Amino acid sequence: MITREPEFYAPALNTRGKFGRFVLIGCRNAGLALLVLWEALLDLRFVFSKRSRMMVLEQLYITGIKSLGVITVVGMFTGMILALQTGLELRKFGQEVNIGAAVMITMLREMGPFMTAMILSASVGSAMAAELGTMVVSEEIAALEVMSIPPVRFLVMPRLAAMMVMTPILTFYACMLGVIGGAIVGNTQLGVAFAAYFDNATRWAVNKDLYIGLFKAFIFGIMITIISCHQGFSTTEGAVGVGRATRRSVIISFLSLLIVGYVITRMFYE
Amino acid sequence: MIRFERVTKYFGEKKVLDAVDFTVAPGETFVIVGFSGAGKSITLKHMIRLLTPDYGKVYIGDEIISQATGRELQKLRERFGVLFQGAALLEWMSVGDNVGLPLREKTDMSESEIRHRVSERLEQVNLHHVYDLSPSELSGGMRKRVGLARALVMNPDIILYDEPTSGLDPVTSRSIDQLIERMRSELKVTNVVVTHDLFSALGIGTRIAMIHNGHILEISTPADFIRSQNEVVKNFLDSQYITKRGKWEAQINETQEN
Repeated sequence: MITREPEFYAPALNTRGKFGRFVLIGCRNAGLALLVLWEALLDLRFVFSKRSRMMVLEQLYITGIKSLGVITVVGMFTGMILALQTGLELRKFGQEVNIGAAVMITMLREMGPFMTAMILSASVGSAMAAELGTMVVSEEIAALEVMSIPPVRFLVMPRLAAMMVMTPILTFYACMLGVIGGAIVGNTQLGVAFAAYFDNATRWAVNKDLYIGLFKAFIFGIMITIISCHQGFSTTEGAVGVGRATRRSVIISFLSLLIVGYVITRMFYE
Repeated sequence: MIRFERVTKYFGEKKVLDAVDFTVAPGETFVIVGFSGAGKSITLKHMIRLLTPDYGKVYIGDEIISQATGRELQKLRERFGVLFQGAALLEWMSVGDNVGLPLREKTDMSESEIRHRVSERLEQVNLHHVYDLSPSELSGGMRKRVGLARALVMNPDIILYDEPTSGLDPVTSRSIDQLIERMRSELKVTNVVVTHDLFSALGIGTRIAMIHNGHILEISTPADFIRSQNEVVKNFLDSQYITKRGKWEAQINETQEN
């Protein structure tokens, strides 16, 4: 049952009590978010059903096509900044030709998935939290429950499917643009020929970098959806609550992306 | 039949329902009235298990909805249609899609059959040519009617109304009252209405329950309700300018005679 009863807590007596409650509520919310994830994963079997198909397509459009502009700018400029910063330092040692590898590997392993996830979290994730939060406040979620239409299948599953597909695709797109941006900066500001740049990039970057980057993006997509939807479902107290849920969804997503990003990197690169 | 058996509910330390007992008979319009924060909407939410009692039971027929889960709960909820206070229409869908949503999600009806049923229900609530409009293009009264059409679309045997006339002008409010009364007389459904609009309650109710601080103070027919000697009920009647109770008594007697 998504519709929740109002929660009341007795005031904490001291700082230790406040901290204990903070930890307990945090664990409880994490557990509830995992339950939403579990239900949404089970509901993925309906992804091609007649009832869900249009909603999934709509979410693919919102997540993918509508984010394309900002991803283009961010991907390109991330690569350009990377190339410029590393290139200026490497030039001191006459090694500016190696910016190809530096940009390619950094984009594939870290910056591509991370920057894409940040953008999706701030744009798509926050919109999810606000949308679902407003639906909770205006009793639309309660109406769905009363009509025996599971809100997770109806609202979360299409969003989850879209993010699982689109985050890796957008990440790949951002990485490629970053590499191209790096090549442009390398050529125009550091005097590195395009051929030398791409030759260096492809010599040092390996398939593993690409696969792990895309895997990271896939996990990030799931995390953003579940955190945002769970925050939306947890909304209370009207418009103020919607604002609070939206802010929380972005903060929790950012922090989780950083932590999980580190854990995945640690798992695959020792 | 809906039966509340000593239903008690706490929000934190505060007791919001205190051993509430009542029975709603099939085919009647049972109206729950009370001041703001008295526990009216909370009572309604218990009927469809959007809230679970801390003590006591809520029966729908012979089944206990307050303990039902999964498929059982789903089946019990399918017996209800609910008109929420703000109509709770999904804003990104057209009126037609909103009304047809339960049919599309819960049945295997074809698109033409859905369209036919939706148009029929919209006409039942006196709405024409709104099928393709967006909910944001509708007035408050029209939204409530669309909400009622959606509540009716699965042919429920119980309809719950949460403040159906709140925020509406008196003329629109009376037209909603007429619709509620029509649902009972034509479709033979059981109506449970939560309202603080006494004009509406006295007009449509077969019985009226007054709830105050989580207690049921009185359950009676409209005629007995306005003659109540309970101080809180008298105060409630007076607060809505129904001070000339004799006038209402005469009107009700006249209606009953007719």
